[in-house]
Amino acid sequence: MQDIILTNLETVPGRTITNHLGLVQGNTVRAKHVGRDIMAGLKNIVGGELKGYTELLNDAREEATSRMIGEAQARGANAVINVRFSTSSITAGASELYCYGTAVTVA
Amino acid sequence: MGSLITFIVLMCIGFFVGRASEAAHLQRLKRAEAELSHIQINTLKHIHEPLETGGVLVTGNMVVAVDYFKKVIAGLQMLFGGNLRMYNSLLSRARREAIVRMLREAEELGADTIYNVRIEFTAIGAQPAQIGGAELLAYGTAVKRATGLSTVEEAQA
Repeated sequence: MQDIILTNLETVPGRTITNHLGLVQGNTVRAKHVGRDIMAGLKNIVGGELKGYTELLNDAREEATSRMIGEAQARGANAVINVRFSTSSITAGASELYCYGTAVTVA
Repeated sequence: MGSLITFIVLMCIGFFVGRASEAAHLQRLKRAEAELSHIQINTLKHIHEPLETGGVLVTGNMVVAVDYFKKVIAGLQMLFGGNLRMYNSLLSRARREAIVRMLREAEELGADTIYNVRIEFTAIGAQPAQIGGAELLAYGTAVKRATGLSTVEEAQA
């Protein structure tokens, strides 16, 4: 996975784009764990960081990114530019993490 | 009577613990921001300076919950409208923390500038209107500038 360049710029610094391969995307929908939810309920009294959720969303975002990378590699790309993340809550307790960008080959 | 006692206890816990943890967090943020101040961040999409190493996506996120005291007070304030200072400070703390985490990732890579920083917000919780929690995400492209050269032309020469 490391051999692909990810950037949210419109170009790859120091490289020239030789080919555009179109939009690539990856998503994942995650629900929260009941145990974590109870902890989160307690946290709602004292406030502060919900560490379980921070990790959950981070892992989910990594998964969405790796799916996007998989799609890019299947097209023979070696970089994904202009990467964007977006998150939306679908129902109470579940959210979708979505990651998209443009697959390119750079020289 | 019982529920009134519970309410008062929750208000007190929220007020004291929430305040203490907020103060501690602000201290930590201040230290971390000073420590990481050598990394510049900007929202530019194009790079007009020579680079030594380029282009790695870095991210940082944080999920925060509002405490009980603030939730109740904000609920009351919402009747009258206006500035909800309680949520203001909550969101700005989370945003700063997300940026600090992104900076740490960049620091590990040895980068000195982060381009095109974007910040995303998502409400988490049953009803979006009552913010139970919120996630703040910051991301950008970490690069290392070439030292001693000030323009791209110089670097190419």
